[in-house]
Amino acid sequence: MKLSDNVKNTLLGPLSKNNPVAVQVLGICSALAVTVELKPAIVMGLSVTIIVALANVVISLLRNTIPSNIRIIVQLVVVAALVTIVSETLKAFAYDISLQLSVYIGLIITNCILMGRLEAFAMGNKPGAAFLDGIGNGIGYAIILIIVAFFRELLGAGKLFGFQVIPQWCYDHGYVNNGLMVMPAMAMILVACIIWVHRSVDKDLQEK
Amino acid sequence: MNFLKKTVDRLEPTFSEGGKLSKLHSVFDGFKTFMFVPNTTSKSGVNIHDAIDSKRLMITVVIALIPALLFGMWNVGYQHFMAIGTEAGFWQQFWFGFLAVLPKLLVSYIVGLTIEFIGAQIKKEEIQEGFLVSGILIPMIVPVDTPLWMLGLATAFAVIFAKEVFGGTGYNIFNVALVTRAFLFFAYPTSMSGDKVWVRTRDAFWWGAGENVDGFTGATPLGQLATSNSADPIFHNILNQAIGFKEAFLGLIPGSIGETSTLAILIGALLLIITGVASWKTMLSVFIGGALTAFAFNQWGPDTAIANLPWYEHLVLGGFAFGAVFMATDPVTSARTETGKWIYGLLIGMMAIVVRVLNPGYPEGMMLAILLMNIFGCLIDYFVVQSNIKKRMKRISNK
Repeated sequence: MKLSDNVKNTLLGPLSKNNPVAVQVLGICSALAVTVELKPAIVMGLSVTIIVALANVVISLLRNTIPSNIRIIVQLVVVAALVTIVSETLKAFAYDISLQLSVYIGLIITNCILMGRLEAFAMGNKPGAAFLDGIGNGIGYAIILIIVAFFRELLGAGKLFGFQVIPQWCYDHGYVNNGLMVMPAMAMILVACIIWVHRSVDKDLQEK
Repeated sequence: MNFLKKTVDRLEPTFSEGGKLSKLHSVFDGFKTFMFVPNTTSKSGVNIHDAIDSKRLMITVVIALIPALLFGMWNVGYQHFMAIGTEAGFWQQFWFGFLAVLPKLLVSYIVGLTIEFIGAQIKKEEIQEGFLVSGILIPMIVPVDTPLWMLGLATAFAVIFAKEVFGGTGYNIFNVALVTRAFLFFAYPTSMSGDKVWVRTRDAFWWGAGENVDGFTGATPLGQLATSNSADPIFHNILNQAIGFKEAFLGLIPGSIGETSTLAILIGALLLIITGVASWKTMLSVFIGGALTAFAFNQWGPDTAIANLPWYEHLVLGGFAFGAVFMATDPVTSARTETGKWIYGLLIGMMAIVVRVLNPGYPEGMMLAILLMNIFGCLIDYFVVQSNIKKRMKRISNK
């Protein structure tokens, strides 16, 4: 199947050129909070992807019937319902991870990426396009989370997905895990590094 | 000297535009202006002409640091031979300390300068000399047993993220040496605090190894006070003998390499003040702020050992004096207006003692206090300037 340019832009744009975290700098708070380990970061990325995609579709279907002075409330209700479903599902099938993510699943409601996509895209586009946009943005968010979590777990705990990666003989020779990686401050610097690399590769994004 | 000058002149075309090694131009230029005062002056605009440029300024600070550094080296040896219970003469102690400290100096300079040189090449700028001082400060504010690879990593982090990304020398918001220390402190807490790192008990270059004597404890006085169970503000040396103000002032205590001797630091401070390189207002106000806060804690503070520590002992323990003289006065990160310097210094002194007394997790608060006030330096200046403008406006409208 060959994607038309429009579909391609909607779906793939948010992965790089229009990345919600690295370019629009949205959703930073949760990106700092849940990226200590890879597993919760992936689950978080997945949850956000599902919720943005579905919320986009629902809002897009309703877009002509929502009175514009209460649209934020309607959007919040839809997102809250979806977040509750995801949160309950996690509690039922992945209890450990839902404990690790604690309030941050609930706080997806306040994630700027969601409100941004609903306002900017779903309110003015057809459900199909809105769905693709949601998937794209969710994955764009998840990519950044996974990159940050990869470095934080590797350098902060010497592990990946909970398995010891850095061998014991390194520790025997004086290697020590970097405690700063476990703190949110370092996640901020890692996000900054991603933005730095991203912009030096992609010259269009550089601000004059 | 003449020979050196001739060599430099002879090599100049090789490094200039079109020469064989023109890529290394900035490196050459850096060394040339390091050794000789440049004879070029600016051609246009209003400029203040003075023989002193920032390389000469930096060298003055480095010279002022030398008493504290030499004392620190000797103290490393002194503490070491005391810990292993071996009699050693003055030169033996100094030589041991020298061998233990030298690798740190080298690592700090090599890592920092390499990054600066690469940065200058990439940005096609002259090499800035800011790292001359940072490079000597960094080994002086870490414990003697912090591993070298950590030091190198932290130096690289600080130079890149605290300095180069903001635009290089003169544009940094935070003191580079302190960012290095903060990185080490938060990333590798076990190698930066506690009682294992302050006294070198193993060998230095395969020389002088020994077993610790019985009753050896390696905690710094501030570390002892922070973990003390009693409310008596007493501290002891590494052999559990009680010591007091005199030993702390002279610097015969374990601690970061350069910070222990208040006396040696004050000699450096004198030089800085006489040459006018650093502001006496900042230094004095840090001490005043610290003394006042410590005095207040003495009177009304909680009943803990660190709060009961007399105010004059607060000023000679830990990194207080070192921070006040060499860190708070950093011309880039501190407040620049004259009134601002007083406010800035007072707040640093106060914050340092508050962290020490009220946060048992951090026995020493000087690093955090200075880094915190670095953020506010510009803000203080802004308000000082604004209030001055307001005052003058009032004077005009009153006429």
